[in-house]
Amino acid sequence: MTKISMRVDQENVTDDVEPRMLLVQYLREKLGKTGTVIGCDTSNCGACTVHLNGRSVKSCNVLAVQADGGTVDTIERLADDDGTLHPVQEAFRECHGLQCGFCTPGMIMQSVDLLNENPDPTEEEVRLGLEGNLCRCTGYHNIVKSVLYAAQLKKDAANAPQSEGANA
Amino acid sequence: MIPAPFEYVAPTSVEEALQALSEHGDDAKVMAGGQSLLPVLRMRLNAPEWVIDLGRIDSMRGIRDDGDAIVIGATTTHHDVLNDALVKEHALLITKAATEVADAQIRHRGTFGGALAHADPAGDLGAPALALGAEFVIVGPGGTRTVAADDFFVDLFETAIGEDELLTEVRIPKHTGWGAHYEKFVRVAHQWPIVAVAATVKADGGTISEARVGLTNMGSTPLRAGGVEEALAGAAASEDGVREAAEKAVDGTNPPSDLNGSAEYRKHLAKVLTRRAVAAAAGG
Repeated sequence: MTKISMRVDQENVTDDVEPRMLLVQYLREKLGKTGTVIGCDTSNCGACTVHLNGRSVKSCNVLAVQADGGTVDTIERLADDDGTLHPVQEAFRECHGLQCGFCTPGMIMQSVDLLNENPDPTEEEVRLGLEGNLCRCTGYHNIVKSVLYAAQLKKDAANAPQSEGANA
Repeated sequence: MIPAPFEYVAPTSVEEALQALSEHGDDAKVMAGGQSLLPVLRMRLNAPEWVIDLGRIDSMRGIRDDGDAIVIGATTTHHDVLNDALVKEHALLITKAATEVADAQIRHRGTFGGALAHADPAGDLGAPALALGAEFVIVGPGGTRTVAADDFFVDLFETAIGEDELLTEVRIPKHTGWGAHYEKFVRVAHQWPIVAVAATVKADGGTISEARVGLTNMGSTPLRAGGVEEALAGAAASEDGVREAAEKAVDGTNPPSDLNGSAEYRKHLAKVLTRRAVAAAAGG
């Protein structure tokens, strides 16, 4: 067993784990964070995408011990405490960016990373940025629309007068 | 699936890593980003007793200017390579190929040296490294040695790195001002190429003066298309101008036949993709 400590969704956690434990297993089975799902288990589908030290990773393809000392953010802390959705979550709801919803946690976490790096992507850039995430329901069209809409929402929020910001 | 049980060690220096290798070498696998190794372990295609994680060795990460070469630390991620200004300025072909590796999530974890040491013939970085005449810096109990790209790739998943050695960095000779393109043919997004061609070209006034071309997945190792390179000298920098030279892309190749395509199909692809890659690199 190996001792690991990390910050997950803004809380410090410490555990003894087997070195072979995958990060996604650690999140789901040790911490109960089942918002992050396991889709293909072969690092193809991207459903298990979380952020490790601020960048998107496939958590089925990272060992928990590799994340030792790091910061992990999952879909579970994306919305505000009062339930206000993150702009990307809001956009997926508004644009019907999901049907069965299984790929959605990964799609949203990858979209957040994409928009962090490129706040104003073209449709082509969105499609390329999501190439590591598979959806078997929607044909991707509404997912791409959602990400473009989220970019617009974030731009609108940034341009809004201060008094109408998040504290209003 | 989860990997079979293994012992884990995460050294913080190259010396410690070499020590761990000398102790467990026969039963150990070296892990950089783990993006190729972990799928192998999960599918139980390999079950090492030890995993030696290089991810905590800061000195193996980073990119620096070293006079006539750019030096890329072995555990620098694909994401850091493809966004690096030095690489873009002096080895544009590496930037282009790194952009095409797998998907964004994998590029955040996967490493430049790890991918090259893994030596998958369908990997995207071998052909560009070969084309640019990269030098591989390998450290072992006997000290440091440098291996030329032509001698680094030995066979399928096999390199010149010894059992008790580590690849620490890769030196890429500067090709400042050369155009570059990596033309990759895939069946579905974020997959390994069926065939890909890496081309970098020095063109003056619409004429190619020098060209370097590497082939991905046209044999058990990345291959240098020497015949194409020779034939390109003096060619016009356009698709028509390079058409004849591109026909030589199949010389000396021995591509595999598999579910994605026959050897014959791959040979056809190699010619077409060489033409496109060279023309794009030459700006034609």
